[in-house]
Amino acid sequence: MKSLAELQAIKDRMKSKVALREGYGEIRVVVGMATCGIAAGARPVLNTLVEEVNNAGLYEKVSVSQTGCIGFCQLEPIVEVIEAGKEKVTYVKMTPEKAKEVVEKHLKGGKVVTEYTVAGAN
Amino acid sequence: MKEISLNILDIAENSVKAKATLVEITVTETAYTLTLTVKDDGTGMTKDVLLSVTNPFYTTRTTRKVGMGIPLLQFAAEQTGGNIKIESKHFSEYPDEHGTTVTALFYKNHIDFTPLGDVISSVTTLIQGHPETDFLYKHSFSDKTVMLDTREIRAVLEGVPLDTFEVLIWIRDNLREQYDENQ
Ligand SMILES: Nc1ncnc2c1ncn2[C@@H]1O[C@H](COP(=O)(O)OP(=O)(O)OP(=O)(O)O)[C@@H](O)[C@H]1O
Ligand SMILES: [Mg+2]
Repeated sequence: MKSLAELQAIKDRMKSKVALREGYGEIRVVVGMATCGIAAGARPVLNTLVEEVNNAGLYEKVSVSQTGCIGFCQLEPIVEVIEAGKEKVTYVKMTPEKAKEVVEKHLKGGKVVTEYTVAGAN
Repeated sequence: MKEISLNILDIAENSVKAKATLVEITVTETAYTLTLTVKDDGTGMTKDVLLSVTNPFYTTRTTRKVGMGIPLLQFAAEQTGGNIKIESKHFSEYPDEHGTTVTALFYKNHIDFTPLGDVISSVTTLIQGHPETDFLYKHSFSDKTVMLDTREIRAVLEGVPLDTFEVLIWIRDNLREQYDENQ
């Protein structure tokens, strides 16, 4: 059973880690989680992003957060990637598979996956 | 919505938006019914908002003119022969006991009943997105209860944020194991 003792151990591990290394949260990934996003499948997209960012060891550099309606309901699920000094990238009609690819190629590799962006969708 | 768990996620988001500090999500099943309650201690709704809230053209949002969350829950419940009920106390009138309770009743044997679905995923998604808000999740069915209270988790974590990946995995696995034990 996932006991409180195990949770305690996680706490101890986290507390002993050197907090906030340089470049923390350098890249912000934002998922639209209003009704339209949720109905269109944002929940598995969000969960995949959280998991893959962690698996790729990017959890210090990349933060994954949720927002309300981004304003283009027909294009949901929408994922925005925001990085200082760069133009915001908006991925539309996302799926867990596409999200995996974005983590691998864009967040890890630094290369925008153009075909999943608003521009690419047109 | 494909699953009731997605309605749960969406309705609980309303509570977070209303600045709730505690959101209580209760799912109670009998042989024939499923009752969902989402109760919060947020700002509450004014009488005007409360009256118009089941109308899909009412919303206080500004990016879009149509509020869909509550109408979708109402649709999901009513298409099984059930209903929804909303009680709300606005802070301007009830400074000490404000908040909103949304209750939905579903008839499980109706052909249009949508399954509960991946409710664990909805709970972890809420905590990931709102690590400062407390959630109490309680699902009772055939004499059994699955429960998660982030206030207890928060007390153990002593300042470690609830959206830490390992913590989210612990929460997910804890719920999975509770469901497995109750099979
Ligand atoms: N728990 C709550 N506390 C306070 N106000 C609420 C609550 N739930 C709903 N409301 C009010 O009711 C309105 C309609 O809610 P509904 O979920 O139907 O649509 P929405 O949240 O505005 O937009 P959408 O859900 O489509 O993204 C909200 O804009 C808000 O003003
Ligand atoms: Mg809503």
